[in-house]
Amino acid sequence: MKKFFVGLALATIAFTGAASAQEAPFAKQIKARQGIMVYRALNIGVLGAMAKGEVEYNAEAAQKAADALVSSGKLDVSMLYVPGSSNAENPDSTVKPEVFTEDLGIGAKAADFNTAAEAMQAAAGGGLDGLKAAMGPLGKSCGGCHEVARIPQN
Amino acid sequence: MRRLLRLFYIVLILGVAVAWLVLRPNPLPDDALAGMTGDPARGELIFWAGGCASCHAGDKATEDAKLVLKGGQRFPSPFGTFVAPNISNDPEAGIGAWSDLDLANAMARGVSPKRRHYFPVFPYASYAKADLQDIVDLRAYLATLPADPTPSEAHEVGFPFNIRLSLGGWKFLFLKDGWVVDGDLTVEEQRGRYLAEALGHCGECHTPRNALGGMETGRWFAGGPVPAGRGNFPNITPAKLDWSNTDIVEYLTSGFTPEYDSAGGHMALVVQNMARLPANDRAAIAAYLKRVPPSE
Ligand code: HEC
Ligand code: HEC
Ligand code: HEC
Repeated sequence: MKKFFVGLALATIAFTGAASAQEAPFAKQIKARQGIMVYRALNIGVLGAMAKGEVEYNAEAAQKAADALVSSGKLDVSMLYVPGSSNAENPDSTVKPEVFTEDLGIGAKAADFNTAAEAMQAAAGGGLDGLKAAMGPLGKSCGGCHEVARIPQN
Repeated sequence: MRRLLRLFYIVLILGVAVAWLVLRPNPLPDDALAGMTGDPARGELIFWAGGCASCHAGDKATEDAKLVLKGGQRFPSPFGTFVAPNISNDPEAGIGAWSDLDLANAMARGVSPKRRHYFPVFPYASYAKADLQDIVDLRAYLATLPADPTPSEAHEVGFPFNIRLSLGGWKFLFLKDGWVVDGDLTVEEQRGRYLAEALGHCGECHTPRNALGGMETGRWFAGGPVPAGRGNFPNITPAKLDWSNTDIVEYLTSGFTPEYDSAGGHMALVVQNMARLPANDRAAIAAYLKRVPPSE
């Protein structure tokens, strides 16, 4: 009887182990692509704090953040967005399953972001007014992609 | 025996009478809007505050297409799938021929021009708290929008939920007057309450629902699972939402959270609507959110 329970316990551990490996595939790819997003968020945070007047405008810091955003748009992320890595397979990700099965027009959304980031790159170092004006379209380009590519968070 | 039978009939007739009193549609008095005229410019703000386009524009409509209220978006629920009707200015397919009172009855009482109950997926449980003058202004604005001939589709709702008369019971239980967050509020907080509880219908998503689909006002804004969908509506009471007023205003304007993540799902649409309101209205909503009782 004792043996049976030990066996059962082991089987349970083995089973849950296998199940969790199956439930959380592509953990590294997901971490990496989320890392790129957090990098964007930190950089837009620098610009946003200036736009909102929370910190004083600083041309050099603004330029650096804008340059970083443009660079982030030039990374080849195709290896990070692999079929089977959506929220349906791994709840750590907020990517919609449809991203891998339908054409949601995400390429166009990425292009919108690149355009808005380049406009910010041109404006950021030239004064607070230009930065503020470039902020609207840039922010919209982040949300525009999130709206089509992600499930709601929380 | 005959006495018993008579008693039975009396009880039956009384029961039917009470049921009819509870279940019958209850429109506004005919003179409810006496003396009011609509201002389309004010009505435009009511339109965005009320988020009508988020449900009544075509599927995935953006920019100007949001003003073509041709319907067709689908809303799955535990009771079946509802389809938003055409409320464009077309006199046949839409509501072009409606009077001010027709729209007021729909929004404030959930009653159609043919005196039938609407399903509460049309968030009249919230709109019922709107000022009638605002509805008249909204009517005037809707009349300026394009007409579209797309016919409304039927809902895919099975028995017994497809019996509209039974919605009278739902309304009896859940269509309540009065504000949820009561007490001493500043003028700004009251403005925020009006926008959030009435027009903005925040509670329709952020307040958990009971088995009959009514909002649990005792757990106002406490969040909960998306019915018949994935994920959760977040808790936005001060128990969970610890953002500053500036953070909340920023979120309702650009959709950015304090971490510069962006609002997703249905909330992204809500933000697009809120962004069209004057900045002090968004500040008023933020002030009101701070006054909502914390709820886990
Ligand atoms: C072309 C599409 C696209 C653009 C443009 C985009 N994002 Fe994202 N973002 C995503 C996707 C997809 C995810 C979800 C990744 C996952 O969870 O697997 C995401 C997730 C995030 C997250 C959450 C990361 C986490 O830890 O879960 C943040 C924050 C974020 N994005 C910020 C931004 C900001 C700021 C911008 C604009 C400067 C931006 N994103 C632009 C597609 C995009
Ligand atoms: C149609 C449903 C819906 C309505 C109506 C709605 N919300 Fe939301 N709300 C959501 C969803 C879904 C989220 C989660 C968004 C995400 O995951 O990005 C959310 C998120 C939020 C958040 C951020 C919470 C957090 O912790 O991230 C706030 C604040 C908020 N809503 C306020 C409001 C206010 C104020 C209103 C009314 C003016 C409102 N919401 C109306 C669905 C709704
Ligand atoms: C959450 C989605 C949603 C929102 C937001 C919403 N509606 Fe509706 N509306 C519906 C649905 C679904 C119906 C169908 C109800 C029924 O058939 O019982 C409906 C019905 C109606 C009708 C009745 C149409 C007819 O043919 O009888 C009118 C008028 C209307 N809505 C106007 C509005 C206005 C004005 C607003 C904004 C203030 C609005 N709605 C906001 C979903 C919505």
